[in-house]
Amino acid sequence: MSTINLEINGKPVSVNEGITVLEAARDAGIKIPTLCYHEALSPYGGCRLCTVEITARGRTRMVTSCTYPVEEGLVVTTDSPAVHKVRKMIIELLLARCPDVPILQSLAKEYGVETLRLKKTKHDDCILCGLCVRMCAERMGTSAISFVGRGVDRRVDTPFHVQSDVCRTCGACAFVCPTGAIKLEDITDNTPIPIPSEFDTRLGNRAPIYIPYPQAIPNVPIIDSSKCIHLLTGECKVCESFCKVGAINHGQQDEVVEIEVGSIILTPGFEPFDATIKSEYGYGRMPNVVTSLEFERILSASGPFQGQVLRPSDARHPVKIAWIQCVGSRDETCGRDYCSSVCCMYATKEAIIAKEHASEIEPTIFYNDIRAHGKGFERYYESAKNKFGVRYVKGIVSGIKELQQSKNLILEYSGEEGQKVQEEFEMVVLSVGLVPSASSKDLAEKLSVDIDRFGFCETDELSPNITSRPGIYVAGAFDSPMDIPESVMHASSAACLASQGIAEARGTMVAEKEYPPETDVTGEEPRVGVFVCRCGTNIARVVDVPSVAEYAKSLPNVVYAEEYLYTCSTDTQIKIMDIIKEHNLNRIVVASCSPRTHEPLFQETIREAGLNKFLFEMANIRDQCSWVHATHAQEASEKAKDLVRMAVARVVNLEPLHESPSNIIRKALVIGGGLAGMTAALGIASQGFEAVLVEREGELGGNLRHLYYTLEGQDPQELLSSLMAQIEQEPMIRVYKGAEVSALSGYVGNYETTIKMADGNTERIEHGVVILATGGVEYTPTEYLCGQSEKVMTQVELEERIAKNTLNAKDLKSVVMIQCVGSREEDHMYCSRICCSQAVKNAIKIKDENPDAEVYVLYRDIRTYSMKELKYREARDRGVTFIRFDVERKPEVELVDGRLQVKVFDSILGTDILLQPDILALSAAVRPQPDAMDFSSKLKLPLTQDGFYMEAHLKLRPLDFVNEGMYLCGLAHAPKTISESISQARGAVSRAVTVLSKTHLMVGGVVSVVDEDRCVACLTCVRSCPFNVPRINERGVASIEPAACQGCGICASACPRKAIRLRHYSDDQVMAKTAVLCEE
Amino acid sequence: MGEDYEPKVVGFCCHYCAYSAADLAGSMRLEYSPNVRIVKLMCTGKVDTLHLLKAFEDGADAAFVAG
Repeated sequence: MSTINLEINGKPVSVNEGITVLEAARDAGIKIPTLCYHEALSPYGGCRLCTVEITARGRTRMVTSCTYPVEEGLVVTTDSPAVHKVRKMIIELLLARCPDVPILQSLAKEYGVETLRLKKTKHDDCILCGLCVRMCAERMGTSAISFVGRGVDRRVDTPFHVQSDVCRTCGACAFVCPTGAIKLEDITDNTPIPIPSEFDTRLGNRAPIYIPYPQAIPNVPIIDSSKCIHLLTGECKVCESFCKVGAINHGQQDEVVEIEVGSIILTPGFEPFDATIKSEYGYGRMPNVVTSLEFERILSASGPFQGQVLRPSDARHPVKIAWIQCVGSRDETCGRDYCSSVCCMYATKEAIIAKEHASEIEPTIFYNDIRAHGKGFERYYESAKNKFGVRYVKGIVSGIKELQQSKNLILEYSGEEGQKVQEEFEMVVLSVGLVPSASSKDLAEKLSVDIDRFGFCETDELSPNITSRPGIYVAGAFDSPMDIPESVMHASSAACLASQGIAEARGTMVAEKEYPPETDVTGEEPRVGVFVCRCGTNIARVVDVPSVAEYAKSLPNVVYAEEYLYTCSTDTQIKIMDIIKEHNLNRIVVASCSPRTHEPLFQETIREAGLNKFLFEMANIRDQCSWVHATHAQEASEKAKDLVRMAVARVVNLEPLHESPSNIIRKALVIGGGLAGMTAALGIASQGFEAVLVEREGELGGNLRHLYYTLEGQDPQELLSSLMAQIEQEPMIRVYKGAEVSALSGYVGNYETTIKMADGNTERIEHGVVILATGGVEYTPTEYLCGQSEKVMTQVELEERIAKNTLNAKDLKSVVMIQCVGSREEDHMYCSRICCSQAVKNAIKIKDENPDAEVYVLYRDIRTYSMKELKYREARDRGVTFIRFDVERKPEVELVDGRLQVKVFDSILGTDILLQPDILALSAAVRPQPDAMDFSSKLKLPLTQDGFYMEAHLKLRPLDFVNEGMYLCGLAHAPKTISESISQARGAVSRAVTVLSKTHLMVGGVVSVVDEDRCVACLTCVRSCPFNVPRINERGVASIEPAACQGCGICASACPRKAIRLRHYSDDQVMAKTAVLCEE
Repeated sequence: MGEDYEPKVVGFCCHYCAYSAADLAGSMRLEYSPNVRIVKLMCTGKVDTLHLLKAFEDGADAAFVAG
């Protein structure tokens, strides 16, 4: 294809042969107004609005640019007074016909048409651009509509003005119409069926080409083959005309790819329970009954109502909203008798967020038991009640009736005194449970993996993640319902198991990338290259990209500036490298999208061209300019210029930074030899690394030594002896018993720890990572006569006595258990998570041995989450009596003539109940280690309000500490079951192996450095660093270890002597941007 | 200040939160006034009084720190 040279508005332009003047002008960033033009359709020249002035072969005339092909030497003027006059006349004429059309009104404003000199002929919305007719004929191959009539009677219509039977209701005509004149109902008697958006549930619609959800990976659109007109009929292909890079391939087929793997992890997740099954709640019939997932979308700023809390029936703001818990959970009638674990908390969260969106909302949650058993949940639940005014009503709603007029909903439930109550709400949210996804059953069958009767993956209580088939592991909600932090821990654990068997293969398939030597730019004058991106039309539609590139050329130190269609495309990367060499550039600015997503790509490119990757800066002219100022083109272009100027000013001040390798000591220190610590040490060893296990007691095992049976009837002692035997035989593990960690210093990859032995001697060890598994303790109650009568004991003591036969269940006529002893109260506002299951376990054990024994469990909320619910149900079925008490009216325990007497107020019966048990078992809280405060400060690790260790992020990083290279598991993190401790310990191993598997870390780059001459050792940096990195060194000044520094720069701004400088963000580098803020 | 007075606003934003939020506003095609120029920092803890004062001296009419 040959190149044609022409001139548009005085600017020389080179384009490919065969395109039109309009296309050439648009490619050059010159705007020409059009009405009848469309990228996907043949040019028509009907509206004449694209008229331009051309001079060819010495003759000047007016032509429509959309139909005129480019010619060699053509001179085009798009904005002369003559052109302006012609366009103004056209607009005037069109406006006389269609005075109410907004697009014409705005053109009129732009071209200064103030008063209509012509008589308004008729109020028509059709401007006769013919887009609809051409779209139907050319692209859809249908011709259901056409122009009919002549002259003033010309209009778009179907044959004989009757509804067409060839129209396939694709809606393309209405879509392409610029004025909204096309009404589909005039053309066909079919009604178009919208495509409901899977992500916005049934509340929103989507196009046949769509990005499934904003966080989708990869974040690219997909074509729905069941809806695409082209794939259904062979017509259309309009999308191909729009995609300038030719990325659309309608011929793409599914491929079968074979990959050889050593292990498999199953993570198919869950689906929300189908709420239509519970027909008494009217879901699907009553518009204002929504599921919790739908409500989640309603609350989202990117959701169907842009984050406003509106109800679907009339888009009005509801005030009274009710949540109904356990829809499809704890419910035998629909075959879902397990607890979904997460709904109590998500309902609480939704109620709080709704209240934050609109304070007039009055949320009510109807519940069975509030299960706030996760870390920090009890406090959150308390704040929902006390701070946000969320109303919790115990009892499940029996049915919902809808009021015909208002579409409000009448909920019927049993009140406090058991009476029937009817209450009106404006909206109802069904807290739907978690169900294994439909496809996971097929998956399990294909892989021969066992599933339980609900469809969850079958695993053993004491070997979490391990499926019935060796080498296949499960993670997340396909195992059982679980929340975010549990899923993260569970998944890390599966990763540990999946990789330990094939640890030898680690890194064997990695190819190292080689780079050319780095050019030394010290002492060189800055030579800046600016690459301005059009991003297809994403930037260029709003921002005048050519003028931005042109402007960049005028900036000081800029030796090259050009615009590109896509700066991120592979061919542009090659061009950037060539241009760096050709123009001897030593600093690069790319004006395009966000550095958050694209900086690494460009840094890689300039590094490949031999430049230091820190000699780079981006101007974000898309995400923070064209996309947010779409209606302010002029201002957006000005802003883009400002951003480029600021980026150039900064890049000139940047200096090359170098990262250097820091060796990693490939050994782990595990602190605490309980279940979590032992599991972690074994995990490290099975991954092929050395572990040092430090236990301060004389023997390993921790709390596990006192557990004799599990809820499912397994033997923890067997597990304990097997772990001990494995540790003994494992040459990669060194165990220190009766020893304590007395000091720990260093940073990721290089820690040094002093271990103090039982005999007083100390030993120093070096290691690369730390796994903290210091455990917790059972609270020793002082209430309920505990310690005063041998008939009162904790659940752990009860278990031990039954197991050791010092207590014979056959001798027991009556047993009372009291829950939440030391939990969920002022000063200890957390749920101990395991005690409800522990009580159920011991109650069943007693019933096993003596079915006639009466067992009473006095509780506040029974929190047998997930599959533990089945055991709670079993306990009830076997005659265990559960009596609910209020925290304000706790049970009273007395010794009367040597006999225990327990008085409890049953809130359901509304009366006191007197019990005379043989023994009283207290479900005592799980407490942090008593010395956790001291020990954590020795390790410089943070604790929560309740005294447990604080992870880096409650939801997303439950295994990591903020300090890199330090990890957390077991009861030190929060109360948890045996199974959860095992999976968290293995998860911590996975995290630790991300460090241990490397020989070195690259450190440096964006880190703080201390000017020792200025430092006066005032300790401000030591105190202000959130990562505890700065320390005073042997020279008496602050030093910052680059391997540990996170590059936040807090120390640098806090330093009163300005002795600390954050590289890449030093004061002069930051202020270089604002210094040119107001230059033109 | 005349009618066509348009203030220039500088925002110092944290890479991890506010800057990401500004990007998200873009992905969602929300609109805000084009007067804002955002300066990215690794953490708003790095913002020094000096940076703010200097911004005013350099002609900014307002500055905000978001992180």
